[in-house]
Order: sequence, then structure tokens, then C-alpha cells
Amino acid sequence: MMTFAKRCMKEILRDPINLGFGLGFPLVLLLLLSALQTNIPVSLFEIDTLTPGITVFGLSFMTLFSATLVAKDRESALLQRLYTTPLTGADFIMGYMFPLLPIALGQTVICYLVAIPLGLTFSVNIVYAVIGMIPMAVFNIALGLLCGSIFGVKQVGGICGALLTNLSAWLSGVWFDLKLVGGFFEKIANALPFVHAAELEKSLFSGDFELAGTHILPIFLYSVAVTAIAVFCFLRQMKKQ
Amino acid sequence: MQIIKTTELVKRYKNITAVDKLDLEIHEGELFSLLGVNGAGKTTTIKMLSCLTRPTEGDAFVGGYSVTKESEQVKRLIGVSPQETAVAPGLSVKENLELICGIHRFSKEKTSAKIAELSDQFSLEDVLNRKAGKLSGGWQRRVSIAMALISEPKILFLDEPTLGLDVIARHELWGAIRSMKGKITIILTTHYMEEAEALSDCIGIMKNGKLLAQGTVAELNAKAKTNDFESAFVSIVKEGVV
Repeated sequence: MMTFAKRCMKEILRDPINLGFGLGFPLVLLLLLSALQTNIPVSLFEIDTLTPGITVFGLSFMTLFSATLVAKDRESALLQRLYTTPLTGADFIMGYMFPLLPIALGQTVICYLVAIPLGLTFSVNIVYAVIGMIPMAVFNIALGLLCGSIFGVKQVGGICGALLTNLSAWLSGVWFDLKLVGGFFEKIANALPFVHAAELEKSLFSGDFELAGTHILPIFLYSVAVTAIAVFCFLRQMKKQ
Repeated sequence: MQIIKTTELVKRYKNITAVDKLDLEIHEGELFSLLGVNGAGKTTTIKMLSCLTRPTEGDAFVGGYSVTKESEQVKRLIGVSPQETAVAPGLSVKENLELICGIHRFSKEKTSAKIAELSDQFSLEDVLNRKAGKLSGGWQRRVSIAMALISEPKILFLDEPTLGLDVIARHELWGAIRSMKGKITIILTTHYMEEAEALSDCIGIMKNGKLLAQGTVAELNAKAKTNDFESAFVSIVKEGVV
């Protein structure tokens, strides 16, 4: 399984577009919005509030990475070849999911490190905030596995690349206060894990662990549910092939 | 000695019967070609024999193991080079070979020895450190076949190995395939007459999922009463000469 996981990690990290978008885009946003905040102060874009939100937004690229890799492998004959080897379904699933977890956490750490010279309060809470990302990272990676098992490479680009990154941004409350929109939109946002992940990060970073506890449960439940569905869909397509 | 035997093997996809009651016998050490026009059922047959797809009816025995009941044992005996090139494009050729060695849990020493052996056999030395995805189609096919041989299979399935290659690349790959003849059993699918004629010990001609005829080039020519294999193939497929 580790051999396959190593291969997946190499494929992801050697794609310059992956690196550019996955790491570069959240950092560009962080720098741009910090500059905006300097000129036009908005409490939402204060660096201590903005950085945890950006790290959650950055995770949506993990969905794109895993979905693209799985879909590409399915469309090429590589998976067919590997299905004739002693690798089991569990080896494939772990092989796709494991390498993305350190990439996701690495991306989060880099976001926080870049934010420090921009004025981010440096404290041990950053470590808790990074660890707190794990359930949401699992959710995003599993969502990628699910999309990659169902859709082709072109569809994955549209669904995970454009739609999901935008949805996770709008529904996370990072760019605007959800209460300002209110109504049905706010209800939908609260029913999904994105806003909880952003709030979890913010509360862990600010040291409010009680509040963090209220947000972790929905994320955890979503992670378990999406992982279970992703495993089911992957194994189903594996059997089909 | 028989190494593959199918008994009334059937594969249906909804209303389409891709393979229809196929009875096939392949002997150990021979290079057996499944020849047929597009849609004859060659790839589906290979997929069933390599446990990639489950038969709808019947069974096949590979090395004495049933593909429906003992797929794990079958997988240990076989190597597969699929129709499309099956390499990890972002990895170098060496890393692709290492990937398969790792999957089969080879030690570091065995991995190095295997890579050296296959690089020599397929003349891969000059491209070992190049990204597999950047190689030409012919080189990717070579790498793909080398990857299929890593597990030291007793039976190698090559699905349309020279499809889409230019004449030079095709002849080079034929040389590589010939070098394996007699050492392992090779089952090759193709729709190129000259390929089947040049490489095979035995040829099975398929049409609409059925095996129309099986034998050496000479035997098939004799059945069709011709000296030209292409004419024999056309007679068998179009006129049903068996």
C-alpha cells in the first residue's frame, strides 16, 4: 500500500498546476486580502480571522487533486493493470487518501507561516489549529475520491475545480458574514461542513476550545459519511472494471 | 501441457453477447494469438482470463485455477499489458518499474536486479530516468510490457500490443516479444494478420464472440485452401470456412 501511496504523492507533487493552484492560490488570496485590509479595514479580513478561513478554503484543492488523480487513473489503463496485481481495494483507497493528508497539513502550515510576518498572532494555538484541520482534510480528500470514482477527468475539473472551490468559499463565511445574507442561504451553509470548519479553525486559533467542540461534530460526521460513500463508490467501479 | 482452458465461457453486457460459449485450450510455453476484427471479443476474453471482468456463464482455468473462484491464485500467475498504455505518466521509467516491484514486495536487491534485467531485455537503459508520460507510444508499450513481466508471470497477456505504433516501433516490439517466446506462455490479441503470422505458435480466430478456428498458420491456410494467411483469415471470417 505504501508503494502505491508514494506513487500517488509523486504524481500530485510533480504536477506544477497542482502546486501552483493548491499552494499558490490560497497564499495569493492571503496576501491580497491582507493588503486590502491595510487600506480598507474590514474586521472579517483581519489576519487572525482571515488566515484560519484561508486554510479551510485551501483544503478544497485537495478534493480537486484526489478527484483528478483517481479519474485520470481510471481513464488510463494503469488501474486496470494494478487490479491484476495483489493490491486490494483497501490498498487503493488508503493509497489515494494517505499521501494527501500530509500535503493538506503542509499547505495549512505554510499558510500560517506566511501569515506570521503579515501580523498573525504567534502562539501554540497554531499547532492546535493545524491538528484541527485533519477531519476536514479527510472530508475533502474523501470527497475527491468519491468524485474521481464517479466522474471523468473533464467533469472533475468543472465540478471539483470550479464548482466545489466556489461553493466551499461562499458557504464557509470566510469572504462575507453569512448573517448578512441570512435566510435559506445561511441555513444551507450551517447544514454543510464548510462554515463549521472555518469556525473550528478560528476558535482553535483563538484558544476557545469549548466553541471548537461544537463545530467538530458536524465535520466529523460529514467526514465519516463521505468516506464511507467514497469507499463504496470506488469499490463498485473497481468491480465494474 | 494445457495452461489455459475455458469451458463455455460467456460474457454478456445487457443485450450484447461479447463472448459466446468460448471453448479454448492454450498450451504451456506457446505464443497464442487471438485474432479478429474489432468487436470480435478478444479483449473481453483477455479481461475474463486475467480476472478483470467476471464471466456471465461458464468458467476458465488458468494454471489450473478457476477465474471465478480462485482469482487471487490466478493473479499470482499472470502479467497483463492492457490495450492502452498502462504506465504512471508522472513517474520515470525506473520509478514505474520500482512501483510494480514494490507492489510485489520485492527486496531492494531484487528490485535493482529486476530493473537491470528488464532494462537490458527491452533496451530501456537510455530512458530509465525519463518521465514515462513523455515517451513515444512505442517506448511506453515497451515499458508497459516490462512492467507486466516484473512479477515473473507464467502467463503474459498482451492486449493489442502494437496498436497505433509505426512500422519501426512495431518491428522492434516484435523483437522484444520474440525474445520471450518459449520462456513463458504469451496470449496476444491483435487484428494485424502479419503480427499473428510472424509471432504465433497457434492462432485462434474470433468473430462475434465465437472461436471460428484454431491452429497454426499452416493448419489455418490448409483449412481455407490457400497459401496466403490473409486470404485464409478472410475466408474463415467472411465465408465461415472452418
